[in-house]
Amino acid sequence: MSETANGSVVITHDVGLHARPSVKLTKLAKGYTSTLEIGGSAEGPWIDAKSIVKVMAMKAKQHSTLFVRAAGADAQAAVDAVISLVRRDFDEAGDGH
Amino acid sequence: MGTSHHGTGASDGLFLGPLRRLGSALAERQGTGSSETERAALQDAIALSVTDLAGLMERVEGEAQDILGFQVAMLEDDALAAPALSALDSGTPAHVAWSAALDGEIAGYEASDDDYFRARAADLRDIRDRVLRNLSGGDSSSIASGAVLVGEDIAPTTFLETDWSGGGAIALMRGSTTSHVAMLARARGIPMVVGLGELPEHAATLVVDGGSGTVVADPDDAQHAAFSAALASDAQARDLEEKFRFAPATRRSGSRIDILINVAGVEELDHIDPASCDGIGLMRSEFLFRDGAPLPDEETQYRAYRRFVEWAGGKPVTIRTLDIGGDKPVRGLTPDGEANPFLGLRGVRLTLTREDVFRTQLRALARAAVHGNLKVMVPMVTVPDEITRSAALFDACVAELSQQGVACQRPPLGIMVEVPAVAVMPELFDAAAFFSIGSNDLTQYVTASSRDDARVASLNDPSHPAVIALISRVARYGREAGIPVSLCGDMASEPKHLGALLDAGLTSLSVAPARIARLKAAIAEL
Repeated sequence: MSETANGSVVITHDVGLHARPSVKLTKLAKGYTSTLEIGGSAEGPWIDAKSIVKVMAMKAKQHSTLFVRAAGADAQAAVDAVISLVRRDFDEAGDGH
Repeated sequence: MGTSHHGTGASDGLFLGPLRRLGSALAERQGTGSSETERAALQDAIALSVTDLAGLMERVEGEAQDILGFQVAMLEDDALAAPALSALDSGTPAHVAWSAALDGEIAGYEASDDDYFRARAADLRDIRDRVLRNLSGGDSSSIASGAVLVGEDIAPTTFLETDWSGGGAIALMRGSTTSHVAMLARARGIPMVVGLGELPEHAATLVVDGGSGTVVADPDDAQHAAFSAALASDAQARDLEEKFRFAPATRRSGSRIDILINVAGVEELDHIDPASCDGIGLMRSEFLFRDGAPLPDEETQYRAYRRFVEWAGGKPVTIRTLDIGGDKPVRGLTPDGEANPFLGLRGVRLTLTREDVFRTQLRALARAAVHGNLKVMVPMVTVPDEITRSAALFDACVAELSQQGVACQRPPLGIMVEVPAVAVMPELFDAAAFFSIGSNDLTQYVTASSRDDARVASLNDPSHPAVIALISRVARYGREAGIPVSLCGDMASEPKHLGALLDAGLTSLSVAPARIARLKAAIAEL
């Protein structure tokens, strides 16, 4: 059974999608079987959310909107998880950093 | 006499030691001519690099682990080597193909207009060179301690592989204060200066002053003596910090002074222990409203404010509502072309004209108030009506949130005392829950001299008797009327003004976090 899902979220993390958040994002993405892509606009270009090389190359800054789309058996769950991670500032709030 | 060279300080501290130039110790390598062999060699070198880094990761923790984790994740991503691997098919040797592929990535980062992303080029160079070393069998032995490492830039893993047990320092021709190495150096207490441009080719000894961003090459006897003296006073200052940082600020008489901190961003909290202060006396909310960026929504603001109150864990946190205008323009909010912006539409004058923006902020603050001890203050108040209107709007926001079933609380609403009209007659403003004296603006308005103009800087003096008299007046009225008074300008962190402030009867001061220990030490003397 295949489904597609999409969504968007504003990056509020202080320096944007930088090294540590990108590691977290790609690790999370790899946990889903669906293809999962992110982009800087609703029209793309879309890049593989499981590739840290490509995620970092986006250089997505704070206040920019991240668009997310997925296709596969767990598409909705994957999109939700990415959006939730970005909303939680990649869990970097008050965890001692 | 040794020559002085000026750069930017990236990590505080002083060090004198022999110069050690960081070279690219890459051995020569010849391609094998077989694309299959080259492919295997490159893949082995990448795998070996991952193993190297994993080994290094076991010896470090915290930030250093994250930095290495990032490099491992990059190396494990097939997308990194993909262009190199496809170049091998056309007969390019592995090391040439790898260099070209990584140089392309590095150029992408270097072209970024964002300091943070630009600083990642150093990580990519680190990855590139490690794989090249493993391809050519070059050695990557660690660097002995007690030296000043000098180079164009330094790789994060070179820093981590260096033995710092005997001290050391870093002096870079280029480099960046936001690089991973700079973060590591600050955490490890290794003095570091970046952006030096160049240093004498044959210098043998260097003095590095990470605080001032200065490097002296081949110091003479006098410079050696100056270094020793600076080191001694540095050590003394450090001892003082150790002794006072976590102690409550207490005068000779035994009376307590509250020392709070001024902050302007969430990330600053990472480096401050809440135990070292009595709360946050001034949180400048402007950091959320960057020029050119979209206005932050309620949710974004709420989450940011909540972080401050949670960090403080029950200690008071005073957040100042948006204080833009004057020297802090934000496109789309502040007016253009004001002849005299410091006397124009700024602070509460501006937010009262932009009710939409003000409401969003007040709603976010009321929601954050539930999570700790939050107080809110409005800047640039000139007439009592500005308090009345702000308070009414705050009440309306709280009523609205309650009606919507959103958890909220109405924090006490105080004011900044920075306009002379308020300082002269504080009794007109007793609707304020507290007064926070902004000594920078008060001084500039009382002495009619800008703090940004060097030609009138000598007039812009917070110890002018008229400024002191107004501070005393506000403090006295506060005591009489039971309104808490504190001071949050730069004046509070200058030991020479401390006596006058305490004499004026102030018992609460808010300063930059770096000043806490020195201020407490100075208070103990008075």
